[in-house]
Amino acid sequence: MIRFEGVTKKYGDGSGGETVAVNNLTLEAPTGRITVLVGPSGCGKTTTLRMVNRMIDPTSGVISIDDRDTAELPLAELRRGIGYVIQHAGLFPHRTVLDNVTTVPRLLGTDKKTARLRAMELIERVGLDPDLAKRYPAQLSGGQQQRVGVARALAADPPVMLMDEPFSAVDPVVREQLQNEFLRLQSELGKTILFVTHDIDEAVKLGDQVAVLRVGGTLAQLASPAELLADPVDDFVAGFVGRDRGYRALQFAAAPELELTREPTVTLGATASEVRAVGQPWVLCVGDHGEPMGWVRARAVTGEVTRDLLQRGGTVASSQGSLRAVLDAALSSPSGRGVVADAEGRFAGTIRASEVVPVIEARQQSLAERADAAAPALQGETTPA
Amino acid sequence: MTWALDHLDQIFTLAVQHVWLAGLPLLIGLVISVPLGWLATRKEWLRTGLLTVTGLLYTIPSLALFILLPPLLGTKVLDPANVIIAMSIYTIALLTRTVADGLGAVDTSTRQAAVAMGYSTFGRFRAVDLPLAIPVVAAGLRVAAVSNVSIVSVASLIGISQLGYFLTDGYARSFATEVWVGILACLVLALIFDLVIQLLARVLTPWTRVTA
Repeated sequence: MIRFEGVTKKYGDGSGGETVAVNNLTLEAPTGRITVLVGPSGCGKTTTLRMVNRMIDPTSGVISIDDRDTAELPLAELRRGIGYVIQHAGLFPHRTVLDNVTTVPRLLGTDKKTARLRAMELIERVGLDPDLAKRYPAQLSGGQQQRVGVARALAADPPVMLMDEPFSAVDPVVREQLQNEFLRLQSELGKTILFVTHDIDEAVKLGDQVAVLRVGGTLAQLASPAELLADPVDDFVAGFVGRDRGYRALQFAAAPELELTREPTVTLGATASEVRAVGQPWVLCVGDHGEPMGWVRARAVTGEVTRDLLQRGGTVASSQGSLRAVLDAALSSPSGRGVVADAEGRFAGTIRASEVVPVIEARQQSLAERADAAAPALQGETTPA
Repeated sequence: MTWALDHLDQIFTLAVQHVWLAGLPLLIGLVISVPLGWLATRKEWLRTGLLTVTGLLYTIPSLALFILLPPLLGTKVLDPANVIIAMSIYTIALLTRTVADGLGAVDTSTRQAAVAMGYSTFGRFRAVDLPLAIPVVAAGLRVAAVSNVSIVSVASLIGISQLGYFLTDGYARSFATEVWVGILACLVLALIFDLVIQLLARVLTPWTRVTA
């Protein structure tokens, strides 16, 4: 657990005045969880992060890790026990991927052979080809470099990780991959993570809890992502969390048992008459293992169904996914019928937006009732003097 | 041409002298410039002070330095140590700034990562900053090498023998061939220094030659 108690950081502005970067911050990042610090530029989120490993010293207040005051730990020991990942990875250009990853274990005195064995394990674990171990950072793509950065931070198996916009400098597709793999890795490793980002979508996606900071370095709200979207504490947080909150909040609503429509499908190579026999203007094409591939417009098939004819605009929701994914599948489908796949990725059935909306309303209804049920109990209590 | 062939022995002896007088100061200068350059990256006022002083050193005329050093150091006028010390001073003058620039040019995120991983100040200098500064330092060293080869020849005016002897002797005897031999030998020597430094830098920085 990382705990901030009344932490303030002030900088002199050179003319006698001072700027407050972080103002009386009190915050707890629980063990084994991801706490995201999010806010606009100038909100002191990076300063906050860097005070943990004392790259910046706080002006006042106490930061402790597992109840040990960081100010009292030897600097090298403190830092070697904290994994640190930054935006441009910050790899050592003169060292191979393998030697980058072994840096901290080597500093801690692990022998070269042991360190390298462990590094190779980690390189594979973060999804890199082991052949890349001998390369230099300049030979890797941005996404690969970032993976090496994560492997390097994990190398000494530190309980605590600090991550400063680690996925901001890569393109959106790679970013999403990295985010998903990061979540998978964290579910296996259970590190205590403090994660800085300016991107509220990333915060909401990755955080177990999200701390929204405002300019001047004060904490505006600390809440779970679902709470943050459902109940922003003030106009600043509401504005920062942004539009589409109602829709985005659905990503935290697990899809209940849905009534799906089973429908006939075709495979690649199906003839025009087979497609028309289905009797629908749009027919779903599935692959060898029953996985949805795309929609085919029946009228467009003259010979047989080819890849070119597939309309891939529709998203596929997992039956175990969120209501947001299910609704999006329905909204994005050219046929108006959203494709839902089972846990193995096989086509399970379709659902229309008009069928998803009642499910959403029923959920809101039950949430409201639960809140009402809780409220009278609170009213009955007297405020302690 | 026949004069050069007849005097091959002498050319070789003087060239070896020249290599010592120009090359040893390169090593001495490098060893002194690295800590000076590092100091210059630590504090702004140190940087300004050090770079101004070392920069000014280069403006002292070499002949003056050759003449002034013996009384200052208590050495004999004909002692080659005077030349070696003078050339070391010029090397320091050229290299301190280069070393400071090279160390300062390390990418911010690389440096921050090194700090965050718990390197000590010296550990970071040795393991990260210095290796990354090699290409820049090597470039400075090449300039210093060529400059040294050229300036050392002036020492023949005070009687220290090296390739510069051909220039003074040829001039005194109005014998152009000898002057040309001296000039060419200096050029070849400078080229050899340049190649050796480039080769060393290449071997020491395999990461600069990789392609993405």
